[in-house]
Amino acid sequence: MAAVRTSGEVALNRVAIVAVLLITLIFLAPIYWITATAFKPRNLATTIPPTVVFTPEISPFVKLFTKRSQLREAPSPEEYEAAPWWERTIMDGGEKVVRSGRGEVQLSGYPDRFMNSLIVAITSTVLAVGMGTFTAYGFSRFKVKGEGDLLFFILSTRMLPPVVVAIPMFLMYRAVGLNDTHWGLIILYTAFNLSFSVWLMKGFMDEIPKEYEEAALVDGYTRMQAFFKVVLPEAATGIAATAVFCFITAWNEYAFALIMTNRRAQTAPPFIPSQVGSGLPDWTVIAAGTFLFLLPVAIFTFLLRNHLLRGMSFGAIRK
Amino acid sequence: MATAVMTTLDPKSRAASRGLSDISIRNLFIIPTIVFLIVFNIFPLLYSLGYSFTDFRASTNAPANFVGLANYRALLNDPFIWSNFAITAKYVIVSVAGQVLVGFGVAMLLNRAIPFKGLITTLLLLPMMLSMAVVGLFWKLLYNPSWGVINYVLGLGNFEWLSNPDMALYAIAITDIWMWSPFVMLLSLAGLSAVPKHLYEAAAIDRAGPFYTFFRITLPLVAPILMIAIIFRTMEAFKTFDLAYILSSQPTTEVISIRLYKMAFQEWQTGMSCALAYIVLIMVLAITNIYVKYLNKVKER
Repeated sequence: MAAVRTSGEVALNRVAIVAVLLITLIFLAPIYWITATAFKPRNLATTIPPTVVFTPEISPFVKLFTKRSQLREAPSPEEYEAAPWWERTIMDGGEKVVRSGRGEVQLSGYPDRFMNSLIVAITSTVLAVGMGTFTAYGFSRFKVKGEGDLLFFILSTRMLPPVVVAIPMFLMYRAVGLNDTHWGLIILYTAFNLSFSVWLMKGFMDEIPKEYEEAALVDGYTRMQAFFKVVLPEAATGIAATAVFCFITAWNEYAFALIMTNRRAQTAPPFIPSQVGSGLPDWTVIAAGTFLFLLPVAIFTFLLRNHLLRGMSFGAIRK
Repeated sequence: MATAVMTTLDPKSRAASRGLSDISIRNLFIIPTIVFLIVFNIFPLLYSLGYSFTDFRASTNAPANFVGLANYRALLNDPFIWSNFAITAKYVIVSVAGQVLVGFGVAMLLNRAIPFKGLITTLLLLPMMLSMAVVGLFWKLLYNPSWGVINYVLGLGNFEWLSNPDMALYAIAITDIWMWSPFVMLLSLAGLSAVPKHLYEAAAIDRAGPFYTFFRITLPLVAPILMIAIIFRTMEAFKTFDLAYILSSQPTTEVISIRLYKMAFQEWQTGMSCALAYIVLIMVLAITNIYVKYLNKVKER
């Protein structure tokens, strides 16, 4: 934009600033609402007018992690005293935690699903970025016959709708017993992210000057040593950015997880919506589950902010 | 035969004689990935291509019978499938147009000296990084006719969003626009900041009006990057599944991915769904091809 000169342009600039702030608030409102609902008592989650000011409490998180039953009557003072502090937060709402015969707290399905998400996302990220880095180096430094076609082939495997790929994969997994297993999902996510990782890493590799390795080769390194000792350290930022992208994709993935898992290996994205089910859902619990699930991605987004553009456009724009 | 074409460094150099040769390193680095992708991406597709010519149903033990092109013929003559494609097309147009308008608009506003610009841009990017399924679910609460925040803020009373067959698709598109217009914004911003300032200065000296400046300078120079954003978002909107599946079960929101999912995993018409998957696949590959051609063109500049 041209430098601001006239008073008219100054006024225009002010209007633009106000508009931008307003738009930012609107865009963040749903995320704020998730966060706020995750700390509300249940009776304030669905009020009219919507409750904005309230005393935050952690009862939604207690409910999120435990199996609960309704209290038929208010707990006796002794019972209330005997309960741990976190259980009292849900007793006020008329619920108590289900315990086993030996008095152990029964957990809800959420912690397992969250762990499944972590296992699947981390393992598939390590595999996809590991293989992707080597392959990207190969494409970046050596002549490969039909390179353009191969890269298009690699990219196009990622572009297919998940359901299209899921139909044959489901049948094949059923034949070999990989449905509803961690490895089943890990393989799918690795394949899905590998193409992305190759494309993104190739961009980063192209930016590392060839002269670095050539100098190392002249110094008596083998090509392999030059790759590990010279190229990899230079590519560290790119590897980290690619890894975060792959992690977020695998972490957020819904369709494959919905089709390929149902209990043992189910990840959080298909699990959280299944809680809504029938009847009146407790939105504070769903918000708490959503909040915890979104938190890692929100943190990563801030860490990744300088590479987001490049990753989201498959390296179309470098910045 | 193939190796003859693939020489790299000067083969007479000392480096080539030490350790693994460049050719073996290249093969070692590239071939496992290609094999992995063939085994887990291409092979399954061939497998389903085979099934697309049969009447196989994965829910029974009955053997698959070869039916030739009958599945494809049935699908292409099925008015319901065409209505699924029509719904998908409507969704793509509404959602991508919305994202371009909002995204490009915000980019125009942001393309000036604005305090905390970096922070604002990062905050705006947050929605698109989140899980569509999980955040989409929460929009059910926001859209609720009796106690949803949206109706309250806009003063719409008990307006039905998701349970209204005429409105549900737009509601899904609005959520999609919320998530993805920051993507268009980010790309547009990159394009806008690359427009040389002297062009604007020259236009100002010539007393060109804001419309002239916009249509003759800004838009043509940003167009290639904007095009990338549009093709990319079109591709994604065409494939949409998560949001529509989570938010609504109306027949008016049954986009093609949902039809395919139901056909394959609820009705268990495996052979038929494989054929539909192939029709979708060919369409996606066509858009991908356009995208990659465009991408390479922009990269060359």
